[in-house]
Amino acid sequence: MRPFDYVRAETREEAHRTDGRIIAGGTNLLDLMKLQVETPERLLDVTRLDLHEIEEAENSVRIGALVTNSELAAHPLIRERYGVLSRALLAGASGQLRNKATTGGNLMQRTRCPYFYDTTQPCNKREPGSGCQAIGGVNRILAILGTSEHCIATHPSDMAVAMRALDARIEIETPSGDLRVLTLDEFYCLPGDTPHIETVLEPGELIVAVHLPEPPKGRQTYRKVRDRSSYAFALVSVGAAIEVENGKIASAAMAFGGLGPRPWRDQAVEEMLIGETPSQAVFEKAADTLLADAKGQGENDFKIPLTRRVVVSVLSELTGVSQ
Amino acid sequence: MKMTLSVNGESRELDIDPRTTLLDALRDHLDLTGSKKGCDHGQCGACTVHVNGRRINSCLALAVMHEGDEITTIEGVGEPGNLSPLQAAFVKHDGYQCGYCTPGQIMSAKAMLDEFGQGWPSNVSDSLTDAPDFSEAEIKERMSGNLCRCSAYPGICHAIRDAAADEGMSNREAAE
Repeated sequence: MRPFDYVRAETREEAHRTDGRIIAGGTNLLDLMKLQVETPERLLDVTRLDLHEIEEAENSVRIGALVTNSELAAHPLIRERYGVLSRALLAGASGQLRNKATTGGNLMQRTRCPYFYDTTQPCNKREPGSGCQAIGGVNRILAILGTSEHCIATHPSDMAVAMRALDARIEIETPSGDLRVLTLDEFYCLPGDTPHIETVLEPGELIVAVHLPEPPKGRQTYRKVRDRSSYAFALVSVGAAIEVENGKIASAAMAFGGLGPRPWRDQAVEEMLIGETPSQAVFEKAADTLLADAKGQGENDFKIPLTRRVVVSVLSELTGVSQ
Repeated sequence: MKMTLSVNGESRELDIDPRTTLLDALRDHLDLTGSKKGCDHGQCGACTVHVNGRRINSCLALAVMHEGDEITTIEGVGEPGNLSPLQAAFVKHDGYQCGYCTPGQIMSAKAMLDEFGQGWPSNVSDSLTDAPDFSEAEIKERMSGNLCRCSAYPGICHAIRDAAADEGMSNREAAE
């Protein structure tokens, strides 16, 4: 690990300094620092700030940025009303890591693309302009949607997929003390020709909370398909909430992990589903819509048929249609 | 930099580089070598310790960030002649071969039983709101952050079930 200065922010004002890399749980950042993928000159420890509460407001919940993944998954409000989020958190990492990882840190975690992790390889995300060896290389776990010719990395979070399905908003405090409130789609950038820019967070800005609106109607689930049944990243995951009323799909929210550079949500899929009578044919059409622009990279071509099957399976489960 | 760590109920002074992980501080500076370094990347669980009663990977923690926290290592759980119930159960059921992962397994299992007792669900729990059954599937899922390259998993599972039964945990399925 490269040497760094350690600074502990005791107040929110101190957390807005622009010359430090923010650290909270550290489960991803310290790993990357050991590998010298990340080499910050100054670490800004924000864990002493008062951002540890889960607060219930009218029909909504505000999650402090320092709430740990395990506290969030186990919280009665989340378990009762936002099951997709509890399930997504419990599907990620291990008991030890969930106890340390925070809500804000989970949103900020970096891709697990093997080329990003290997400092002997070119990577446009780690070293802008150096090239992407994952394209045409080892890319089994990488993206099929939202990629560019410069980067095909995926966002690794399960939590963020559920939050995307739940229409969560990220509360960001600016150095002047104002709040910016963004959806996850507004927060995360697509790679384009600047894959090293992953979010719209500006220097000195601090994620202070995630806000969940009223829970979606109907049934919720999180389905994660991976190489082993525990403690592995998603090949494909789906966080979904579907309401069926009078035999027709009344509302639908579906977000996907393992497919794109950010938690993936496609409004066209949901618009296609709403008003339809649930059936295998309708679910296949939803998968067609989602995958219309999907691009396999060789090793990860299997993700296209796999996603199709997972979409059909999840929609069958949530609407009670037998496959 | 100078700092104080509270380990196993004792206040300990250190003068360390900020890069020092909690694991290295315990092993190299405080001579508490029970916690083991396996992968040093949070994947194997051999370094598991408790911070304020919760299990974490001490290899992915900076010591300087844990000033003021209560840290418990395997040395604080039991000692020869005065083993904790989990330690005794690991001996009884051969919950190891080489023994390298064992301190991490025991620290993880101890905190896992607390989480279970507090009704935390897991990825394999059928219901998010009902109290989970203390089944083998639950133990395996909740212990997936601890690897044993000798593959002593059957003994580890037996030991955990036994110790949990001694602590009076609901173990309808585990007793089968």
